[in-house]
Amino acid sequence: MFRRWRMGWVALMATMLVGAAYTADDRNPLAGDVKAAKAGEYEFRINCALCHGLGARGGGRGPDLTRAQKKHAHSDADMFQIISNGIAGTAMPANGTNGQGVGMTDEEIWQIITYIRSQEVKAPAQGLANAAHGKDLFYGDSNCSLCHMVSGKGGRLGPDLTAVGGSRTREAIIDSVRNPSRRLAWGLTEATKEFPQEYESVTAVTEDGKQIKGVALNEDSFSVQIMDANERIHLLDKDKLRSFHKSRESAMPKYDADVLSDKDLEDIVAYLISVGAK
Amino acid sequence: MSGRESGNSGKKAFNREGCEEDPQRSLRLRIGFIVCAIGFSLPSFFTTQSQAQVTFERLVNSAKEPQNWMTYSGDYSGKRHSGLDQITVTNVHTMVPKWVYQTAATGKLETSPLVVDGILYATAQDNRAFALDARTGRPIWMYQRALPGDIRPCCGRVNRGLAILGDKVFLGTLDAHVIALEAKTGAVVWDTVAADYRIGHSFTVAPLAVKNLIVIGVSGGEYGVRGFIDAYDGDTGDRRWRFYTVPGPGEPGHQTWEGDSWKVGGAPAWNTGTYDPETNRIFWPTGNPSPSNRGEGRAGDNLFSNSLLALNADTGKMNWYFQFTKHDEHDWDATQLPVMLDAGGKHLIAQADRNGFFYVIDRTTGKLISATPYGKITWSDKKDAEGRPVANNQASPTFEGRTICPGALGTTNFMAPTYDPQTGLFYVTARDQCDTFSTAPQPYEAGHAYYGSAYFPSEEAEPYLGFLKAIDPATGEVKQNFQHTSPTWSGVLSTAGGVVFSGDAEGNFIAFDAASLKPLWHFQMGGAVYAPPMAFAVDGKEYVAIAAGSAVYAFGLP
Repeated sequence: MFRRWRMGWVALMATMLVGAAYTADDRNPLAGDVKAAKAGEYEFRINCALCHGLGARGGGRGPDLTRAQKKHAHSDADMFQIISNGIAGTAMPANGTNGQGVGMTDEEIWQIITYIRSQEVKAPAQGLANAAHGKDLFYGDSNCSLCHMVSGKGGRLGPDLTAVGGSRTREAIIDSVRNPSRRLAWGLTEATKEFPQEYESVTAVTEDGKQIKGVALNEDSFSVQIMDANERIHLLDKDKLRSFHKSRESAMPKYDADVLSDKDLEDIVAYLISVGAK
Repeated sequence: MSGRESGNSGKKAFNREGCEEDPQRSLRLRIGFIVCAIGFSLPSFFTTQSQAQVTFERLVNSAKEPQNWMTYSGDYSGKRHSGLDQITVTNVHTMVPKWVYQTAATGKLETSPLVVDGILYATAQDNRAFALDARTGRPIWMYQRALPGDIRPCCGRVNRGLAILGDKVFLGTLDAHVIALEAKTGAVVWDTVAADYRIGHSFTVAPLAVKNLIVIGVSGGEYGVRGFIDAYDGDTGDRRWRFYTVPGPGEPGHQTWEGDSWKVGGAPAWNTGTYDPETNRIFWPTGNPSPSNRGEGRAGDNLFSNSLLALNADTGKMNWYFQFTKHDEHDWDATQLPVMLDAGGKHLIAQADRNGFFYVIDRTTGKLISATPYGKITWSDKKDAEGRPVANNQASPTFEGRTICPGALGTTNFMAPTYDPQTGLFYVTARDQCDTFSTAPQPYEAGHAYYGSAYFPSEEAEPYLGFLKAIDPATGEVKQNFQHTSPTWSGVLSTAGGVVFSGDAEGNFIAFDAASLKPLWHFQMGGAVYAPPMAFAVDGKEYVAIAAGSAVYAFGLP
């Protein structure tokens, strides 16, 4: 059938009957059960992998769940609660509200938790990365803060990165710095719209020949709302433009190793993770 | 099993005058009682003659009253074409909103309204139904079903509309009942249990009224139901026939299922079919076999999943079938509107299928005439002896994941297309999107999702493209193409004024020149469109209506 509304679940969250908060046992009755972990893997692929990736390592949309230290859930009971009820204000939906069926039984949720636990790895050694130096680079020589905000400080042209360290894998952050155009970040999500706006680069030329370059805050077939590098918002009707071009080449420059060394990038990632994990 | 499924209570108490007894609606019951009481006592000249019964003859001859829109697609042929011509390519740019009706429902509003004699009937999520003054949008009655907490809709608590026949409108519910409401009051006249919702049956489809029957197809292809198409007596709610879309032992087609897989074989029938009065045949399409994305365990063609069925309207007996996708592993339900059209002396059906091919079929014989791709396709590169596209060896999902086009949502889906007899073109909402399909074997468990696979947007950072396409049925060629900003779930309407209407995911309602697909006018409705437009006229004025966001909008000339 036509299940799967990639972002439509946001609207569905509001409509679906979410059961009363589930009071779970503190302990996972299936903890350590290898067969349950296997069943959980299949449940995970169907229900979770769209955002969290096939191996639970984060799919570029949702957090890496193989980290032993999780932002929202510590005990198995916490995880049960989160899978059942979702996390308000985030993309994590309540069980049964992602437009993909009626959701999982308690047993299936415990299977998934058993699977996630079986995939966890110890936190990678952070000893070599220097979050304080990363912060200096972010706000200094690496120019990240010209376009990105962290904790209310920085620019507005690119996505706010305050939460990125808690919701994206280290590898995903590194990839988006090294290859910013490979997967454009999501911007505005509207309640009933299937796809969110992406951070597409746009160039518009007005009737009087003025060129406007920036990022699309939103767009439809007849109008576009652009933020330029000076953070000015331009509201334009497409039929009144001399030309309009969109590009999936990100407005963010590609940070190669000769521009930003692996070591410095690790430090910036360490800074983002230190902020995002809070 | 005869009549109804066991374990449920069947019909509620009612009397034949439509004054039903419903303890949850005591206020309306009281009002309804008064209405009934007055109805018995007043002389007959008080009844208005303008609101006549919607007879089967009126439905057959709907072209004679283009001011009304009396079936899901506007007529039995499925063309979704309005004979109204007041709004034209030259004046449509002056069109303005006339009214907005807020349903207060959230989620996807998929309804296609009906209009009969100045009253508009439509539905919204959670089995709301309502009647409005079609000139002003002011409600005349509202109904909302009290649904159990454990219903099993697969894809949102949606509904696509009503059927009307006689003095009643008919609604399929998310808990798998079929109910009749009195057209004047919304009072429940009869309520029949079609199937057990707890194992995944539900109704989201707009039923089709044929003769004195209400024809409806079940949803539940994600839960391993055994699909069926039912016909109920419009007066009593008694079931007249059932066609199981998955044949049982001894029935033709049963051998196309491995072992006991037929018992949970799916093949739901969740979009409205069409009807040919000449041959008394109903054409109804079916959906995916279950589990939807895993073929292991159900070896064979899996009839009659992903098929078009020609059924005798009186008996439900099958005349012929045509299967679009054999042994489907990609959730490519064939539940797209089968549109009847006649060309070159032949009686045809055109269907733009979810699998990416546009099919033209002889509706007398069920034989394939042509199958032409109208979007991005990788699953098939050859055809069988009958000309039917067949899967290549790169089409099955794998454990590691394999990228296949179209994706699980298909090149098109449930969105209603239109055929415009004036341009001779078939207009359909389409998308180019590829998904990575990855297997996830799971056992069948009653009432639980039964997919057998997971799918994801393909890893390449390409955007998904949405289109309105105009296809020439004679050649299968895409003649015109309008690219939306992103894929839309809107249906399409054509009108005798030369204007084609559709909506987009960004909330615009758009009027196109039918010849060129050049946008001539648009209006921002503030919510994404998941519904098809329709047209009607009241007091000699043409309106075009469509649902978007949580509301129904009507537009007309100033």
